[in-house]
Amino acid sequence: MVILPTLIRSARRSRKGVNLMLGITLVGIVLITAGISWVYTPYDPIEMSIPERLQGPSGAHLLGTDQYGRDVLSRIMQGAQNSLLVGIVAVGIGMTVGIFIGGWSAFSTGWSDEVLMRAMDILYAFPAVLNAILFVTLLGPGVINAMIAIGIHNIPIFARLARGNILAVREEEYVMAAYALGRGRWSTASRHVLPNILPALIVQGTIQFAVAILAEAGLSYLGLGTQLPYASWGRMLREAQIFMGTAPCLALFPGLAIALTVLGLNLLGDGLRDQLDPRLANTG
Amino acid sequence: MMSEDNEGVLVLAYFGRRFIGFLVTLFVVSLLVFLVIRVIPGDPAQIMLGTEATPESLAALRERLGLNAPLYVQYFIWIDGLLSGALGESLRYGVPIGKLVATRFAVTGPLALLAIAIALGLGIPLGIYAAIHRNRFGDYGIMVFSQLGLAVPSFWAGILLILLFAVRLRWFSAGGFVPWSESVPGAMKSILLPSLALGVIHAAVVTRLTRSTMLEVMNQEYIRTARGKGLVERMVLYKHALRNALIPIVTVVGLQFASLLGGTIIIENVFYLPGLGRLAYQAISHRDLPVVQDVVLLITVMVVVMNLLVDLSYVLLDPRIRLE
Repeated sequence: MVILPTLIRSARRSRKGVNLMLGITLVGIVLITAGISWVYTPYDPIEMSIPERLQGPSGAHLLGTDQYGRDVLSRIMQGAQNSLLVGIVAVGIGMTVGIFIGGWSAFSTGWSDEVLMRAMDILYAFPAVLNAILFVTLLGPGVINAMIAIGIHNIPIFARLARGNILAVREEEYVMAAYALGRGRWSTASRHVLPNILPALIVQGTIQFAVAILAEAGLSYLGLGTQLPYASWGRMLREAQIFMGTAPCLALFPGLAIALTVLGLNLLGDGLRDQLDPRLANTG
Repeated sequence: MMSEDNEGVLVLAYFGRRFIGFLVTLFVVSLLVFLVIRVIPGDPAQIMLGTEATPESLAALRERLGLNAPLYVQYFIWIDGLLSGALGESLRYGVPIGKLVATRFAVTGPLALLAIAIALGLGIPLGIYAAIHRNRFGDYGIMVFSQLGLAVPSFWAGILLILLFAVRLRWFSAGGFVPWSESVPGAMKSILLPSLALGVIHAAVVTRLTRSTMLEVMNQEYIRTARGKGLVERMVLYKHALRNALIPIVTVVGLQFASLLGGTIIIENVFYLPGLGRLAYQAISHRDLPVVQDVVLLITVMVVVMNLLVDLSYVLLDPRIRLE
């Protein structure tokens, strides 16, 4: 958390920093909303109240109610928890396994590097959505399987990134010095190489976080992600589409929640890249 | 200096290596698709027919699908069928899979093409405009559009388009497809909104990329030289800058094809379009395994072929790569 005040200070100084500040604000709002929803939501997000169904925004229900009379704001708040969880797990799986494979590949030479990278290419060739639908349907719909499916798609992205960055860092003098001092391969990798490739991985992690949220929303829209009665922004949109003629607002708010969260993460990723990798700062 | 013959040999050797890699990828992909369906816990016949199936119906289906043969025999029978054009029969629809795929492709093919056309038609001019007017009002506006485009899920864009053009204005129907044989304008009208939903989202990517590539290219020395020798700005932009900026754009658009095909699966469900994506989704949902393995393989092969074409076109567009 020490890095945050530094980032904010440097963001204030540059014009590009506006994006970063906006990103931090939007992501902050989502984090706070998800945090609050653990202890408080205006109504029980899964409790039905048929007499109050399909109401527009009002003082009692700020964002209205859905077809079962459930409070839309409460469900969007609960959906924030869900989206963040999916992002964390999917990126966590992709990053952990990807760094391991990328690292292994970069530090080994010859056939194992070639085989691992070709395997990553093949994994990447499967269209993500199709892959996830296949995986989730075969193993059973649900948010856990959705997270794993999205995480698997992230593996080749992080593996390639980690390998490329490690190959560049590996030749640096401080890495040579570590070897010369008698450090082993894994000790050098974890103490000297990993901290130097981390900025690139964090930037990519932020972008993949956004992609994971979009993917989970898509899967839930198809009925394969988060299951009833729990709230997911994608699933709320699926239900809203049926009642679009009578309650158009239902189709607006969950979509807006997805778009603002993803926008926040993308801006945060772009801003971090500008701050952490100045070489790219003038092209974005 | 390298002679033209040597260069030709290098290009051929590169094409050859890529093609062998492509064949290996195809083989592994087909093996994966085949195995994924067979290694899942449980009997595929049971999965397809459900828990209430009788032992007789299970045995009959196993026989029909060739599930009693060893795995490698099943694989070769499947590949042999694919290569000879005999794709088998859908369990759900009871029609040949080849015919089913052809009918569905008549929806997804034009949908994907129109979406790419919209993405390029919108993204390239906007990206050029933003690059030329860097850090001015127009640039900021276009960058806001592209950030929003990257953040909006295509299926929500689809829902919003239905809300506006079908529910409010009633210019379009909310979903469904008029077959090409019935009415060409009707079919075009059915795929217009879904293409727009997919295309505008991808246009955001193209816009950002065109802008950043144009900015990069416009800093190059040959652009300064072109300006220095007194060429009009339009000539510099379109003849020198854009031509070079197009190379990475072509590459990314090609690589985006996978995400576009993935996008059609969801967007076809939003608009109830009987396309390949919806067929894949329905086949997976209904455990129509012969269709699942053929369609998943077909979609993946299309992506792999597109990646190969991108690789090869990149070599043709950028001569430096040939010599590496």
